[in-house]
Amino acid sequence: MAVQKLPLAKALNESLRKALETDPKVVVMGLDVGKLGGVFRITDGLQKDFGEDRVVDTPLAESGIVGTAIGLALRGYRPVVEIQFDGFVFPAYDQIVTQLAKMRARSLGTVKMPVVIRIPYGGGIGAVEHHSESPESLFAHVAGLKVVTPANSSDAYWMLQQAIQSDDPVIFFEPKRRYWDKGEVDTEAIPGELHKARVAREGTDLTLLAYGPMVKTCLEAAAAAAEEGKSIEVVDLRSISPLDFDTIQASVEKTRRLVVVHEAPVFFGSGAEIAARITERCFYHLEAPVLRVGGYHAPYPPARLEEEYLPGLDRVLDAVDRSLAY
Amino acid sequence: MTVESTAARKTTRRSSGAKRTTSAASAKKASAAKSAEPELVQLLTPEGERVHHPEYDIDLSAEELRGLYRDMVLTRRFDSEATALQRQGELGLWASLLGQEAAQIGSGRALRDDDYVFPTYREHGVAWCRGVDPTNLLGMFRGVNNGGWDPSSNNFHLYTIVLGSQTLHATGYAMGIAKDGADSAVLAYFGDGASSQGDVNESFVFSAVYNAPVVFFCQNNQWAISEPIEKQTRVPLYQRAAGFGFPGVRVDGNDVLACLAVTRSALERARRGEGPTLIEAFTYRMAAHTTSDDPTRYRRDAEREAWEAKDPILRLKAYLENEGHADAAFFEELEAESETLGKHVREVVRAMPVPDHMAMFDHTYADGHALVDEERAQFAAYQASFEGGEGE
Repeated sequence: MAVQKLPLAKALNESLRKALETDPKVVVMGLDVGKLGGVFRITDGLQKDFGEDRVVDTPLAESGIVGTAIGLALRGYRPVVEIQFDGFVFPAYDQIVTQLAKMRARSLGTVKMPVVIRIPYGGGIGAVEHHSESPESLFAHVAGLKVVTPANSSDAYWMLQQAIQSDDPVIFFEPKRRYWDKGEVDTEAIPGELHKARVAREGTDLTLLAYGPMVKTCLEAAAAAAEEGKSIEVVDLRSISPLDFDTIQASVEKTRRLVVVHEAPVFFGSGAEIAARITERCFYHLEAPVLRVGGYHAPYPPARLEEEYLPGLDRVLDAVDRSLAY
Repeated sequence: MTVESTAARKTTRRSSGAKRTTSAASAKKASAAKSAEPELVQLLTPEGERVHHPEYDIDLSAEELRGLYRDMVLTRRFDSEATALQRQGELGLWASLLGQEAAQIGSGRALRDDDYVFPTYREHGVAWCRGVDPTNLLGMFRGVNNGGWDPSSNNFHLYTIVLGSQTLHATGYAMGIAKDGADSAVLAYFGDGASSQGDVNESFVFSAVYNAPVVFFCQNNQWAISEPIEKQTRVPLYQRAAGFGFPGVRVDGNDVLACLAVTRSALERARRGEGPTLIEAFTYRMAAHTTSDDPTRYRRDAEREAWEAKDPILRLKAYLENEGHADAAFFEELEAESETLGKHVREVVRAMPVPDHMAMFDHTYADGHALVDEERAQFAAYQASFEGGEGE
């Protein structure tokens, strides 16, 4: 396999397969990851091929999953943990924040924590409560963790490889509503750096900054704006911690306008951090304040209302218009 | 050994602890299991009399017995020195293990070098058994680090302050041992308070399901700061193991011989691939929870005095003397060794340097992080702006 067109979910599956083949210390663990292949089938067929010792169905207890993954990492393993849905990570939040993130510093650098925690996140799939959330900023706020999220199949494949190879804990957010979107994956390519942003579409009038599921939305918004003669640049952040401010800054110095888009609530969201830092870095370049589009400060709504809660094409274009009006 | 035989285990000696009585009828049923004296394994009575147990026994040479005594005495001396150093302002805090020496030395001396220990923040005696330099334990209490040693150098994990978290790490580590096909075992410590934590119960579930080679050593010292054991449980803690499908046993936590015998047996069981065991070491926290605590607000002196009669060191001393296993010279030499240790600890702690300002950025990540690099550089520039001035 060299270049193949794969759904994002299948690219993740191939990436896990490759990691299991390459490194005998890689262990995939989580709920229903064995025979079922996970509720989204990301681990489909892996237990059959690699056995129950390496693709481990765990008891139904998220803190236990992450806590034992930490112990396995101390023993020299590289656990890749699946949390079934975004809203179910919180029983493990204590282990992630108080233990996983701090272990290396507490050991004065003698301990490595190569643990990947995969979390399908975001809405737009008509799910019930706790199945559509975007908690990425709750993890980005914690020193010791790295937070990344792919937006397409190629990044899904390569970023997961890189996350597994990292000696630091990585929270790997998967845009679940894009699982079925197909994209080219070159498994023999030389991948870019894990924590670098990517210019997904070049433009000159304004920068739309997004990650995960919102990259596609922003690309659609840029295409729509182009029909009105507006040249919109779209930057796919890819990594939320660390943030690649150099790429963002270069884009903003060119376009002089920035709109950040994410599904997570705007209040204390990653857009707030980006707006503050870009304002510091690009104060004399900006023609307009950095604007943000995202979820509201309300619990994630019932599925019938989520289209109003989530940033869609129109809300993104509205922010584009507001920025350009300055 | 089966779950049933363990749960039903009776001892030849009963605890000399005070009987509990309940007045409220509604509480009677809940306390039924406790209204009888707890069944516990004992090999050495509080008076220093050697007794025997049908399932657990131990045959130690006079030298080995003196070794256990020495471990307990030096651990207590280290502990009292640390308490004194806190009172002198050299440490910010200290969590004393006073009264728990037998539980820690007995269990700690049951370990092989290739076994792995996951402590709470009070396992100073176990650290001693693992060969961890005792002064290393004081770094976090002095405020110069948040852990401060390489866990793999003595197979002794960092102290863990969030209660019970380490029991899951222990279980995961044990799962790794099993994957490796090794015959090492893991010893996980926690206390009666932490037994209420979800993580501890999840570690019981995981270790049972995966048959992991881990031994859970719960030091029930009767108090979780101000809350007595009755606020944590309606059944003796060791009985909880049965519900998870593995054996539980209560041992006299002030009897170093019993703690050694029971832990050794449980570790061997784990090595044989027979899975986890829960040991409840029934003991007492003679000191305050930490140097910041004031036990006069919540417990009576009489309770402490009753437990003083069961002191772990005094009972082994009585046994050593009665059996002629140690002479006056041994005790005198040990006294001198204790004072040397205290002096050494004092000197090392007082000389412990405050880390360089920049050290706070170190080791946050293994592979680096752009924000840490940026903030480190900003902070260095800020510090440098004081050069030649008052700042340093």
